[in-house]
Amino acid sequence: MLAPYAAVVSARYRNLLQYRAAAFAGFVTQLFWGSIRLMILAAFYAAADGPQPMNLVEVVAYVWLGQALLGMLPWNTDADFKEQIASGAVAYDLLRPLDLYGYWYARTLAFRTAATTLRAIPMVVFAMLVLPALGLAEWALPVPSFPALAGFLVAITAAALLSTSITVLAHISMLWTLSGEGVDRILPSFVTILSGMIVPLPLFPDWMQPFLSWQPFRGLCDVPYRIYSGNIPIAEAAGEIAFTLAWTVVIVWAGRLVLSCGVRRLVVQGG
Amino acid sequence: MANAIALLGHYFGVSIRSQLQYRASFLLNSAGQFANSCIEFLGIWALFDRFGHLAGWTFAEVAFFYGVVNCTFALADALTTGFDRFGSHYVRTGDFDRLLLRPRPTALQLAGHEFALRRVGRLLQGLIVLAWATWALDIPWDAARAGLLLLTVAGGVAFFFGLMVLQASLCFWTTESLEIMNVLTYGGVETAQYPLSIYHVAFRRVFTFVVPLGCIGYFPVVAVLGVDDPLGTGRVFQALAPLAGVAFLGLSFGVWSIGVRRYASTGS
Repeated sequence: MLAPYAAVVSARYRNLLQYRAAAFAGFVTQLFWGSIRLMILAAFYAAADGPQPMNLVEVVAYVWLGQALLGMLPWNTDADFKEQIASGAVAYDLLRPLDLYGYWYARTLAFRTAATTLRAIPMVVFAMLVLPALGLAEWALPVPSFPALAGFLVAITAAALLSTSITVLAHISMLWTLSGEGVDRILPSFVTILSGMIVPLPLFPDWMQPFLSWQPFRGLCDVPYRIYSGNIPIAEAAGEIAFTLAWTVVIVWAGRLVLSCGVRRLVVQGG
Repeated sequence: MANAIALLGHYFGVSIRSQLQYRASFLLNSAGQFANSCIEFLGIWALFDRFGHLAGWTFAEVAFFYGVVNCTFALADALTTGFDRFGSHYVRTGDFDRLLLRPRPTALQLAGHEFALRRVGRLLQGLIVLAWATWALDIPWDAARAGLLLLTVAGGVAFFFGLMVLQASLCFWTTESLEIMNVLTYGGVETAQYPLSIYHVAFRRVFTFVVPLGCIGYFPVVAVLGVDDPLGTGRVFQALAPLAGVAFLGLSFGVWSIGVRRYASTGS
């Protein structure tokens, strides 16, 4: 029953994996950004008095994982999708004998994760193995304990599902806006700041923490990265992953609802 | 020269009028960029709120660095859309042939491609941060300080303009635009938002002698702020540093003309 969705995911993966040069450019860019962020954060920590909600080793892990998995954040939309909506080819999707939301979700899942897998592996290898070899062990991505790694893998899978559900919602919004330019402009800053990509969430002022810990974007970076570094103890990991999945369910439900409204009033563009 | 400036003014006039035809789109784009810049700044504020200071630099001082580089980049960004789109709009399509046929420098025509009004969002945010920082630091403005700040911004615009010219020049060899230059443009802005002195010595050298980012931000701004440079540079060097941005632009145009000479049209 899942076979057609699996085929969609795998076709999209093979398609995106063609772009090796772009992946290399992405690797260099993220390496640079990661280094800059680490130097800034380390300079802040160097003068910090008293214990902080995260120690520097945990921050280093947070930054490198963030750079490795940057592409997985729901910060942009699929250009193919945009073209399909603008050209009216979206009508073909309505004719397929598949659940429309499920089909879009599968496509978007591949879009969200394919390029990221290609970029994450060299980044992790570099940050975990090459940096210590260069004598920069204190800046390296630490090797996690086994339970932390297991918790991280589950949490990052949940994060991928959550990220996909948010991206699908952005895709669906194009049924109204057609261009997608607006979402593409608004999403990045909200997603990067609320997920913890710009500044790890625990470092925000204490009075903001109640809000930050309940909003859905936290499940994208903050939860998995802190489970990896042990900042969230493994005993609490299950609850945090459940938090991510609960938001995923809510957003999928909202997406389905909005999609059914959108399809009912859809006017296909062009001929 | 006068003719070139008049022509550029004409190009910009046409571009601005055409963008104002889509007033709602322009306003939304600018507002979006303004909001995005504010959110970025929120990150810096959060770190200062927790840690108090950054290796002795206060929030207001870092805000000043931030304001200068963001205003500079916004101005350069507005002027270089043509270079930014050079690969996709001119080389791959072969449209560059048309520019070559006209009796005016190609770089001038590309600068006239568009004057991107929407960058006003980032510019405005940078100006507000800069104004706040000036007020918070209580900087005693005099002619020398104001002049140096203007020279810094001019040098910075030249520097970022040069980066975009280099990025476009690469298209003569690769046909496609290379996103790798984003490391230097956007990455450069990110880097220059914080004082150069906090970075590793290797980064500092690269950003002073190879890509003179520090010369159009950190060094002259230290002089404007009137503080002692922890890196130990003197006031004369700090005041002359922005000229490196102009030199960088000159070199970039050199690379550009080499590229133009080896340009082969894609023919379609």
